[in-house]
Amino acid sequence: MLTEKERQEIDTELAHCATKASASVEALNIVQRHRGWVSDEAVKGIAAMLDMTPDELDAVATFYSFIFRKPVGRHVILICDSISCWVMGYHPLLDLLETRLGITFGGTTEDKRFTLLPISCLGACDRAPALMVDDDLYGPVSPEMMDEILQKYE
Amino acid sequence: MELPLTKNIHLGQPPLSLKEYEKAGGYQAVRKALAMSPLDVQNIVKASNLRGRGGAGFPTGMKWSFVPMGDKSPRPKYLIVNADEMEPGTFKDRLLLEGDPHQIIEGTIISAFAIEAEQAFIFVRWAYKLAVKRLERAIAEAYQSNYLGTNILGSGYNLELRIHGSAGRYICGEETALLNALEGKRATPRAKPPFPQVCGLFGKPTIVNNAETIANVPHIVNNGAEWFKGLSRSSDSGTKLYGVSGKVKKPGVWELPMGATMREIIEEHAGGMLDGYQFRGVIPGGASTDFLIEDHLDVKMDFDSVMKAGSRLGTATMIVLDDKTCPVGFSHNLITFFARESCGWCTPCREGLAWIGKMLQAIENGNGQLGDVEILAQQCKLLGPGNTYCALAPGAVEPLQSAIKYFGEDFQKHIREKSCPWKYEYSSAKTQRTSGEA
Repeated sequence: MLTEKERQEIDTELAHCATKASASVEALNIVQRHRGWVSDEAVKGIAAMLDMTPDELDAVATFYSFIFRKPVGRHVILICDSISCWVMGYHPLLDLLETRLGITFGGTTEDKRFTLLPISCLGACDRAPALMVDDDLYGPVSPEMMDEILQKYE
Repeated sequence: MELPLTKNIHLGQPPLSLKEYEKAGGYQAVRKALAMSPLDVQNIVKASNLRGRGGAGFPTGMKWSFVPMGDKSPRPKYLIVNADEMEPGTFKDRLLLEGDPHQIIEGTIISAFAIEAEQAFIFVRWAYKLAVKRLERAIAEAYQSNYLGTNILGSGYNLELRIHGSAGRYICGEETALLNALEGKRATPRAKPPFPQVCGLFGKPTIVNNAETIANVPHIVNNGAEWFKGLSRSSDSGTKLYGVSGKVKKPGVWELPMGATMREIIEEHAGGMLDGYQFRGVIPGGASTDFLIEDHLDVKMDFDSVMKAGSRLGTATMIVLDDKTCPVGFSHNLITFFARESCGWCTPCREGLAWIGKMLQAIENGNGQLGDVEILAQQCKLLGPGNTYCALAPGAVEPLQSAIKYFGEDFQKHIREKSCPWKYEYSSAKTQRTSGEA
């Protein structure tokens, strides 16, 4: 059930890899880039290409924070909730997002625009509190900045 | 003051292109190394006394020397740059990866050559998207200029270098878990022995070095071991990236001679505490190190001095505890991170950290019981080195065991008074907010 494009991209990765299984993260990422998340069916399809059992591959897929095994919104907001961002105060940002979006950590807005998740230390501790939206890093973020940040992501 | 690691890095400006990097003296060390034997390169690094910058501080040259060498050695051998920086409070490798990718690549080439590796990886954490982009560009430039690929600069040495972008899990920074991640498996750690130097990626000899460690290598080859020792103010050699975060005036990261004191870094470079805040303590090397307090401010930030003071240098990125922040909450936030990131493989870590988290939650909420602190202290011992499959849990309990030692009275106060003396202002109307839970 993988598309031709997904298969081609996975094959390109496989050409570089010492073993098929060692392409598992790359393969999962390829499918996730196309579909937003990785379904059970996708796990089965990818596993077949990698000569892994679906179980083996799912053990990898479920291990990583950024392989999504459930659907996510068009954009993923990641608030760092580790020590420096906690000291500098990430809760006002979380409160604001909860109010603004009507969801908390783990939730997706009804219009499927945003999913909100915590993220372990972003490595931007001198710019705490920090967050990412998709691939973009923001920090230090104040509640006043949140609306302007969200506007960029339709 | 010579600061080789950051000399090409200017905040707000893009990193040097290959041509600019060469103009600034870059890739001379590769030429020098390729004209030597791999063992000679190892010897310079050994003589320099470079110690690993990932947190453990193991002598780099010695680590390399455990790799079997010569025509009969198992092939291919691998050199892996550990850029999976995820230790809370740590943001130093980001500076190097984003700021001077060619320095990382040059260090990788020389280090790989030193162990006769023909394949190298840079293992980058998920969140460092900009670093991946910049490294990809720099690697493409390096291939174009024949610093990578076959017959590098006509030397007969071949090296393929690829980036592996991780999908996000702290334990991947543990070198054996990293190997499992690269092999496409669930990234739980491996038992040691065998050590990766002998049996690593796909069972072949492998060296995993931290990105900052790797960045030092070209400078050591260029200028020699004695020069490297001369950069430092202590028995450890070279310079170090030092970071400070928390309620200080200027949080940041700076390259300084190895052995700068905590006071100098916090007061001079980070500008001291924000107005209205007092210093209470600091975890000097990232989230898995023991607290140090005001008495320790003149301790030199080198491996041996910090160990003598009762902590670890670790990543040398400090997180400051101020007087308006609750030490119980601080401890709880750290434990929550480690509990969440536990790979789940071994029982003490998987179960123990979660239970410790629950107890700290209760104490924070005013539901602690007499004797809780003693139980927590005992749990810290039970999760100590040797009792768990890897070093995650022993690291996780370092801040807690020292918080109990230095701030034990604050813990007891929570229990006696059935509330947090710091009484957080940010509990939302909807949910009771504590440091650990969403």
